[in-house]
Amino acid sequence: MVDSARLSLHVPEPAVRPGGQPDFSNVKIAKAGSVPRPEVDVASEDIRDLAYSIIRVLNRDGEAVGPWAGSLSDEELLTGLRNMMKLRAFDARMLMAQRQGKTSFYMQHLGEEAVSCAFRKALIKGDMNFPTYRQAGLLIADDYPMVEMMNQIYSNESDPLRGRQLPIMYSSKEHGFFTISGNLATQYVQAVGWAMASAIKNDSRIAAAWIGDGSTAESDFHSALVFASTYKAPVILNIVNNQWAISTFQGIARGGSGTFAARGLGFGIPALRVDGNDYLAVHAVARWAAERARRNLGPTLIEYVTYRVGAHSTSDDPSAYRPKTESEAWPLGDPVLRLKKHLIVKGAWSEERHVQAEAEIMDEVIEAQRQAEAHGTLHAGGRPSVRDIFEGVYAEMPPHIRRQRQKAGY
Amino acid sequence: MTRMTMIEAVRSAMDVSMAKDDNVVVFGEDVGYFGGVFRSTQGLQAKYGRTRCFDTPISESGIVGTAIGMAAYGLKPCVEIQFADYMYPAYDQLTQEAARIRYRSNGDFTCPIVVRMPTGGGIFGGQTHSQSPEALFTHVCGLKVIVPSNPYDAKGLLIAAIEDPDPVMFLEPKRLYNGPFDGHHERPVTPWSKHDLGEVPDGHYTIPIGKAEVRREGSAVTVVAYGTMVHVALAAAEDAGIDAEVIDLRSLLPLDLDTIVKSVSKTGRCVVVHEATLTSGFGAEVAALVQEHCFYQLEAPVVRVAGWDTPYPHAQEWDYFPGPGRVGRALAEVMEA
Ligand SMILES: Cc1ncc(C[n+]2csc(CCOP(=O)(O)OP(=O)(O)O)c2C)c(N)n1
Repeated sequence: MVDSARLSLHVPEPAVRPGGQPDFSNVKIAKAGSVPRPEVDVASEDIRDLAYSIIRVLNRDGEAVGPWAGSLSDEELLTGLRNMMKLRAFDARMLMAQRQGKTSFYMQHLGEEAVSCAFRKALIKGDMNFPTYRQAGLLIADDYPMVEMMNQIYSNESDPLRGRQLPIMYSSKEHGFFTISGNLATQYVQAVGWAMASAIKNDSRIAAAWIGDGSTAESDFHSALVFASTYKAPVILNIVNNQWAISTFQGIARGGSGTFAARGLGFGIPALRVDGNDYLAVHAVARWAAERARRNLGPTLIEYVTYRVGAHSTSDDPSAYRPKTESEAWPLGDPVLRLKKHLIVKGAWSEERHVQAEAEIMDEVIEAQRQAEAHGTLHAGGRPSVRDIFEGVYAEMPPHIRRQRQKAGY
Repeated sequence: MTRMTMIEAVRSAMDVSMAKDDNVVVFGEDVGYFGGVFRSTQGLQAKYGRTRCFDTPISESGIVGTAIGMAAYGLKPCVEIQFADYMYPAYDQLTQEAARIRYRSNGDFTCPIVVRMPTGGGIFGGQTHSQSPEALFTHVCGLKVIVPSNPYDAKGLLIAAIEDPDPVMFLEPKRLYNGPFDGHHERPVTPWSKHDLGEVPDGHYTIPIGKAEVRREGSAVTVVAYGTMVHVALAAAEDAGIDAEVIDLRSLLPLDLDTIVKSVSKTGRCVVVHEATLTSGFGAEVAALVQEHCFYQLEAPVVRVAGWDTPYPHAQEWDYFPGPGRVGRALAEVMEA
């Protein structure tokens, strides 16, 4: 006889809900500097541990320690700090603009600035990102004009995308930023295809795929891993684990054990976990993965452990599903403050210069906003032509769309 | 009777169905604890527990795929796709699996699932939060397709869908979630609490799938519409002062052809209105059917008013959306002919 009991379904729940005490005791944080840095041609099975620990460079005292330190000069670090501050200021202004009704929607990066800003600096011109909606730092760190970003957000007459896309769904081939879809995970596998094409053409350019923790549940994620591992595509497979997917905690996509990074191991893809709030660690790990790709060693999977401090988007109210104080309890700190502290400890920065830089950056953002708004906002001023609805669906406009355009009076 | 919004009516339908039959389970993205991004499942998890109403990973294909397996087991899953625009990852599961299981297993297995999805535009959702994919489903044999236009119908039809032995696609026009939008986007929305069809029975009732409803009687022209466009058509008829008969299809597959034919035979003219793109849209099906069935009664060619054959734009959505102006021009066109 087989022992049988009444079965019951297990539905994972986060450790706490609104009203409870924030609890991150489950996040096992390795000491800064304690995780080894293997050679880039290491086999995935020899670094299984790296998929379960967290690579960190900046310690509590603001010092850069361990084998992953030293990939950036002071000047590069100051640029990194500036880019993160810019992204934060940009977010603050655009969030306000949305609240003022100047656009329909916005998504901010609060707490996640280091991930995209530091990653961009590990790529070179010609490489291609297939981003999600939370990597505007890739553009900022590549000096894409903020005015253009705002024109897009406002869907105004100078919107490079002619009013067709939701705010923040940027596109810039020149800046290695593939047009954002809006459908989660679809682009993960496109990035792999792009990287395969680069390899077929014996090119030297690499691709980067981006996905959130929640979206790794999409089948496209798994298809992408299969293709990336089979063809050893020169691609960096990035997973930004910011703990939440709208209201759904990361455990729903991940299950009760393992890590997102460990998903790569089953595909034979070297997988690393990194402190996503540590600019130095993110950059060092991204550079390691980029080198692997460039040396034709194939894909690397990176999980950035971070926290989404802000709401998912302007349509979200996180206090409905998580404790209000949870972001303050996040054990990996604030990426901007951590890099700032490091630079001060090194003597390359000061509180005064930081305050001054903050003011300068805000002026720069406000000036960009002034320029963008001169071209209109979603509900006021110049906007793309109704004619733009009909253009660009195909390289050459087919007759049926032309007829419709004429019917619309354009 | 309670006055409800369409969101509340949809929620009430699931509530009534879950209370009546504990094989009914509800799941989808953000559906459980949070109650869905439109709050249509709010409170169901608290009431029925986390095993009957729960959050899923973001995997539409996974949601529909697991629902099919559960249905084969004997449950009645009613799942939510967060926006109709995101049903494409699940399209394979719907068309190749759900729609064919009864047929290919000769009735050994059936697939009584309901797939709910907010549909349509008018909320500044851009090209990936505004689509109306009903024609992609009406083209698939084995599926049923419903688009309600008001809270009363939404509840009765959703209960009928959950009780239906076959897979049903249930498209909820999100522009109607809070009020009976009439196409004049610059005017304030009147709430369902001020509308006859916002009065909804509290308990169990069903509306038969496959039956249209005449919303306005008239003798000059027949306007065939469904979902948001029913309200636009009514507004257009009022604005134009035309004695139009307005038919709300409610169910596209199966389609109530009799009601359409009866009406067009009386009026001799027909305008079909929908929000989805024109080419190969459901309007083509209606127009073809009218031509086939009412050719000798027709005094003018059938005219379709629809979204343009482009992706749904963000900033220009009101130029994209078929409003009373465009419907009015179409009415004038068929009346002149
Ligand atoms: C295919 C698809 N399904 C659902 C959505 C709706 N949606 C937008 S963002 C989101 C949550 C994504 O969470 P995660 O991947 O963790 O990324 P994060 O927003 O946290 O950066 C959902 C469900 C979508 N855009 N695309």
